[in-house]
Amino acid sequence: MADATIPVSAVGTTGVSRFAGILSSLRRSPAGFIGFIIVALMVLITAIVPFFLPDVTPNVKEILLPAGSPGHLLGTDNEGKDVLIQMIGGGRTVIFVGFIAAAISTALAIVLGSLAAYLGGWVDSVVVTLADVFLTVPQIVLLAVMGAFFKLDSPLLLALLVGGLSWPVLTRAVRAQVFSLKEREFVEAARLLDLGTIRVVFVEILPNMASFILMNFMIGVTNAIYQLVGLYLLGLAPLSGANWGIMLNRAWIAGAIFNDASLAWILSPILAIVLLLLGLVMMTRSLEEILNPRLRDR
Amino acid sequence: MSALEKSPEAAGGTPLMTLGGVSQVFDTKAGPIRAVDNIDLSINPGEVLCLVGESGSGKTTAARMAAGLARPTSGQVAFDGTDIWSLKRNDFTTFRRSVQYVHQDPYASLNPTRTIQQTITAPLFKHGVVKSKKEAAERAAELLTKVDLTPPENYLSKYPHQLSGGQRQRVAVARALTLDPKLIIADESTSMLDVSIRISVLAMLGRLRDDLGVGFLFITHDLAIAKYFGWRGKTAVMYLGRIVEFGPTPKIINAPTHPYTRALIDAIPEPDPDLTKTKGRESLRSLEIPSLAHLPSGCSFHPRCPQFEDGLCDGAIPELTTIRSGQSAACHVVARDGVPGVGEGGHPDGPGA
Repeated sequence: MADATIPVSAVGTTGVSRFAGILSSLRRSPAGFIGFIIVALMVLITAIVPFFLPDVTPNVKEILLPAGSPGHLLGTDNEGKDVLIQMIGGGRTVIFVGFIAAAISTALAIVLGSLAAYLGGWVDSVVVTLADVFLTVPQIVLLAVMGAFFKLDSPLLLALLVGGLSWPVLTRAVRAQVFSLKEREFVEAARLLDLGTIRVVFVEILPNMASFILMNFMIGVTNAIYQLVGLYLLGLAPLSGANWGIMLNRAWIAGAIFNDASLAWILSPILAIVLLLLGLVMMTRSLEEILNPRLRDR
Repeated sequence: MSALEKSPEAAGGTPLMTLGGVSQVFDTKAGPIRAVDNIDLSINPGEVLCLVGESGSGKTTAARMAAGLARPTSGQVAFDGTDIWSLKRNDFTTFRRSVQYVHQDPYASLNPTRTIQQTITAPLFKHGVVKSKKEAAERAAELLTKVDLTPPENYLSKYPHQLSGGQRQRVAVARALTLDPKLIIADESTSMLDVSIRISVLAMLGRLRDDLGVGFLFITHDLAIAKYFGWRGKTAVMYLGRIVEFGPTPKIINAPTHPYTRALIDAIPEPDPDLTKTKGRESLRSLEIPSLAHLPSGCSFHPRCPQFEDGLCDGAIPELTTIRSGQSAACHVVARDGVPGVGEGGHPDGPGA
């Protein structure tokens, strides 16, 4: 998406100065910068730190230890596995699936929505009808059915499934925006210069809604993460390995909320998810400034 | 049927662009609206044609049809002698490149997310005018110099919001020049600019007209601007979708024949108060502009016209007929009686020549 939204300028800006510019715009909004740091830290930690941590092993002697126990900062679960280590390692699938699924649905929405609006006619009818069909199907039920038929153990497959189901809302929003943007005079000027449909749509029109799309991408990431965690919580995806969703599922089934000692067990994945989503939403603010030349120059 | 076809200029060589009996009808809930009704116009290479009229007279609709942005409901828009809507794809592309449009609002016609350089070089790259980035930057600088944005380096990396209205409009003109057009359609291109900026943009356009030999279809609601820019060209006056008077600009300004054009000229304030007093204004019978959805019968100007004659003017629609050499008007009374007031010293030299 970055390629479409920040077209490389012909001269004047080198890669280095552009990067420096992005960094300085990031710092301009304190909330955005904090969000950026939260997300960056969480991604780094979940990606790298697990390699340096011991594997969690079931230990019958140490089940359901409360938070603050020696050697187990956040206690242990009902198999005696350390909660902190699980929490640190449990973000990988969730973050991966969240971003990939949102990227898939955003890409679909951009292409389908803008072409439907710009070309109109039968293209528009087909896209809108398709979007309506997908919108009417209850997704969690569909996911449940799919879960029964396919083995959803690959994160990529999960991302495809979640992303492939969540494009219609953004598609219709993009379509509505392009409908209004395509009547603008600079689009007419581009058409008069015969710049070509693809160029007019993706270079002239879309960058004008870059921050709108980016916001929706972030919302898409949060939605995808909620859906994924929901799938795990309901036990519709295979519960092999360890991630925040699986932790939640196991803690929930084990009745962790009724046990004071295991509160940290069920709260830690929730905390991790909330922190990540908060960081994502805060980050959008800064990204908006990078993409909008009007805000950038202030 | 039109006086234009008989004009000597059109008879020699092919005109660059002709609108022949062109109409544009919009279907609305209130019924069909004839925004442009059966107009004939032609522009020769390098010529300036001013299209003058008040809001809602169909100037912009006519211009959009000339630019190929809107397809006429009936009639023919021809470029270099061929109907543009019968052109094959490749030829239509050639037409597209040859006719460029400068919009009214420079705040809307430039893409806010693209730098001036990106805006100007995009068509150059797309149509293979330039090969390298360096060449594109040079060409862009050259174009900016042509529209008086100097030094060009100060503008290339700017975004539209960093420029003033006049500077933006110059960029829009530079963009229109990228593909060496033969005709530029300027749709009220100076009306949104400050008066002081307006005159320098007009002077710049005038220089392009003279130096590059580009034809202009110049649309304005301001006769003074038509006079300034199109003095050596022709002017067509539109009223409610029809052309009511056509002729060389000096004649339209100094010796208008149609009652509507005369009313327009009379409405221009004179700097000399004595002149204003002796100007002998004709008062319109009504100040209300009729709705396009319910056009008056016959001559659509008859409810306001000071020379209205019952039974004549509300009967048939008057056709554009030659009144004097090269000058034609669509008016029953003038066609029958000639121009009233001529010889009484009504219009000496037009406004502040």
